[in-house]
This record gives sequence, structure tokens and C-alpha cells, in this order.
Amino acid sequence: MMTELTADTPLAIEVTGLVTHYGPRKILNGIDFDVREGEIMVIMGGSGSGKSTLMRHLLSLEQRTAGTMKLLGQDVAELDVKGRTELSKKIGVAFQSGALFSSMSVGENIKLPLAEHTKLDDLTQDIMARMKLEVVDLAGFEDLMPSELSGGMIKRAAMARAIIMDPKILFCDEPSAGLDPVVASALDDLILKLRDAMRMSIVVVTHELDSAFKIADRITVLDRGDILMCGTVDEIRGSSNQRIQNILNRRTEEEIIDADEYLARLTGTDYGPQTDTPL
Amino acid sequence: MPADSSNEAQESTVIRFTEKIGRGTISAIEVFGHWGVLIGESVYWLFLGPKLKQPVRTNAVFAQMMEIGIRAIPIVALLSATIGVMLAIQGIHTLRTFGAESRVVVGISLSVVREFSALITGILVAGRSGSALAARLSTMQINQEIDALRVMGIHPVRYLVVPSLIAMMVMLPSLTFLSDLVALYAAGIFVSLDLGISQAAYWSQTIEILSVGDLWHGLGKASIFAVLITLIGIVNGASVTGGAEGVGKVTTRAVVQAISAIVVTDMLFAFVVTR
Repeated sequence: MMTELTADTPLAIEVTGLVTHYGPRKILNGIDFDVREGEIMVIMGGSGSGKSTLMRHLLSLEQRTAGTMKLLGQDVAELDVKGRTELSKKIGVAFQSGALFSSMSVGENIKLPLAEHTKLDDLTQDIMARMKLEVVDLAGFEDLMPSELSGGMIKRAAMARAIIMDPKILFCDEPSAGLDPVVASALDDLILKLRDAMRMSIVVVTHELDSAFKIADRITVLDRGDILMCGTVDEIRGSSNQRIQNILNRRTEEEIIDADEYLARLTGTDYGPQTDTPL
Repeated sequence: MPADSSNEAQESTVIRFTEKIGRGTISAIEVFGHWGVLIGESVYWLFLGPKLKQPVRTNAVFAQMMEIGIRAIPIVALLSATIGVMLAIQGIHTLRTFGAESRVVVGISLSVVREFSALITGILVAGRSGSALAARLSTMQINQEIDALRVMGIHPVRYLVVPSLIAMMVMLPSLTFLSDLVALYAAGIFVSLDLGISQAAYWSQTIEILSVGDLWHGLGKASIFAVLITLIGIVNGASVTGGAEGVGKVTTRAVVQAISAIVVTDMLFAFVVTR
């Protein structure tokens, strides 16, 4: 069973005042975000809310405009090449598409971090890869190529590669997207198992409400680059915030459209009220 | 006023044209900057990688050498032989006008070794391996495989670019040298049959005409072509947007740009070296 999370539990991820732009467009407006050791944090939000951008920042795949980000107590901006490499050994990522290398077999994909970062011999690497494949219920598939796997199997193989170095932080991007409910539920169970067995801090970006409520210790809801709310499943469910309720109930936000203003925006002219002309 | 609106239209055309030139110039500077960064990072990982316990993978270098060089031998040999014979046919036909067909060996040997071998091999490798490099990189980019490498602490330049660059820089001059031999040999057979010169006399003349400098001229160009093909393939592959259509576009663009760069560089190299 999981260890109780308290305010004293050390932080695995600490983000302060994260601001980012794509060209002139502001995507994240000063995000403060933290994840404790052994905690599953689910990031939710609609399309364009900034959750994928936040994830890419946490993975150091994007340059931020402002703010600080600490992973396992280390300020990422202050790390040199060696420091970043060392940190990357403690982080695992399961991408939405799996991102398995198509030119390598499943076993070679899973062994890659071991081959690059350790001096383990081939036999030991093979044994470790098989162990991780068993954890994700893919034992015996190591010789297949990624193109021979189903969508759910690719996600599980990606998960096996993500945990091959026994990371302290695991990131999962839409782990159950596009999967049937049974496979999706099995992946949720796997995430819970990893948290409980290895005390990993796990960050999951997902749209799937059932999945989020099943696995999350806390949920962060993003909207238009801001954090709407961060809290436990019960706190999120009980929120009176209309935008959160819209997300939970899968409702679109109601907008009152001013026809004249809309037409003026489309035509780029000062169209003005046209009371006589039916639209 | 009609005159005013005509002036405004002219002005906006000029502004648009100037903006276009400006954007094109900035893009070109960006591409050259990207090339510089790639070369710098490649040198960094090649020499400092072992110190950082991240050496360039020797297996990958050999795999790329196999793909770029060994597998290209049949087509390079075939086209080189064809070029050699074609030069012999044209040379003899032209020189016969002056009754100087016996001097055809001068034209063949110099043009093959200094010009045609490097050019035809460069174009072939650009079409075969430059396009493959762009397609591989762009597919990896779209499938988030490059991101996966980064988050695993594996620098994509060390893992993907350096092996290709080393393999290209070894194999393109090697293929060019092979092309020299095959083209000269094929031309020799035709010259022997057409003019009745013995093979021994043909090779003796060829060796007498050619200097080491001529050989280096061709091989030096091939080395530059190798760098160009790799950088163009990688920069195009990494700049992909969209799905399968994007991969097709960058692959085509990489081949066209590489061949254009080879031809222009060939001309500039010849101009500079012969001054």
C-alpha cells in the first residue's frame, strides 16, 4: 500500500512562476506546481489549456520565458550537460504515441537506456528488459518490432522502457487515450502498482475522467494557461467552480455571441448595428 | 482618389517584396547557423563524448557505412562505367575532327578524376542516402522519437548525426575513388577497342597524365559533398511539420537542395582551385 502523503513529504517536482510564449502568444501564465515523492499527480484540462506545454517544460523539451523548475531538488536551468544526463537517468517518460524506435525490436527499445547509461553486459540487460516486460504484461514480446504491436501493447512497451532505469519520477502522456476500457483500466492499475511498489512520483496528463479519478492523489486542472484548481479527487469533484464543473461534466462553455461584433471581427471593419438587415 | 490608391498599391507591393527578401535572408542565415551548430556539436560529441562517458556508437557508424557506401557500390560502379564509356565516345568523336583522337586519354583521365567521379557519386549518394537521412529524421521527429532520446539523456546529435556524418565522410571519397577506377577502366576498354591501343599503353598514358593533386582534387570535393549531403538531410529532416505529407516534402527538398549544393560547390571549388 502507498505511504501516507503529508505536507512534510519531500517535493519531487517544484515549479514556480512558469511563464512561456509561442511567438507573441502566452501559453502558460505563471504556473506554480509541485508533486511530492510517491504521489500521483494528474494534469487535466481542455484542448489548448497548456497541459502538453507544461509537460514538455517538465521534461526540459521547451525553453521557458520565466520561472524556475526543480526536479528532485535540482534547479534544471543550472545543470550542465553531465548534470542533465545524470538527472535524465532518474526520469522515465511514456509518450502518448509510445515513441518506440521503429528500427529496433521491442527488447532493444527497452534496453536502450541501459545500453547508453550503464556498463551492464548484454545478458544482464536482456534479463532486466524481460523483467520490465513482465511487469507490463508483455513477456515474450521482446523480439517483435514496434510495427507488429497493437496500440495498447505499444503503450505498455513504452511504459517498460520508461521504468527500465527504475526512475524516481515517471511522466505519462495520455496513457489510456485511444484504448479500450479494459486495456485502459489495466494501464491505470499498472500506474498504481508502480507508485506503490517503487514509490515513484508519477505525473499523468490525461483527458480520461474515470482514469484520473481512479489513480490521482491530486489533480491539477489547467485552463487557458492558468491553474484553475489543484486538489484531491474529492476537492475537485466538490468544486463549485463553473469551469471545473464544465470539464467534469464534459460541457462546452456557453458563450453569448454579439452578432455585430462577430461580423465586424470577421470582416475587419466597423460594421456597426444593422437592425434592418437579417443575418 | 485613383492616383493615390495606385501609389498605395505600388508602395504595398514594394513593402511586400522587401519583406519577402528580408524573410528569405533571415531563413538562409538561420539555415547556415543551424549547419554551424550541427558541425560544432558533432565535433564536441566526437571528441568530448568519451570523456562524458557518452562516446559515439561505433556500431552505428559501421551500419551507416554499410548503408551509405557498401550497398551503393553496384549502382556507383554501373554509372561510373557508363560515364567512362560516354566520355570516351564523345572524346574520340570530337578529337577525330582534328585527327587527334589518340589524345583522348588526356581528356578522359583528367575529367573523370577531377570532375565526373566526384560529381556523379555525390549526386547518387544525395539521392540514395541524403533522402533516406531526411526521411528517417523527419519520421523520428513526428513520432516523438527525438524527444524520447532527449528525455533519456541521449543527445540526438551524438546518437544520430555524428555516425551519419562520419560514415558519409569516409564512404563518399571511397566511392569516388572506386568510381575513378571503374570509369577509367571502362573508358580504357572502349578506347582499346575503338583505337586499337593496348590496355597497357592506355594505363601507362593515364598514370603519366594524372598527378596526385588531380586525385586529391576529386576526393577533396567528395569530402565537402559528404558534409553538405549530411547537413542538408538532417536540417530538412529536423524541420518537418505535419504528418506523412511533411515527410515527403522534406525528403524531396533535401534531395533537390543537396544536388543543387553539390553542383554549385563543384563549380566554386573548380574555380578557386584552378586560379
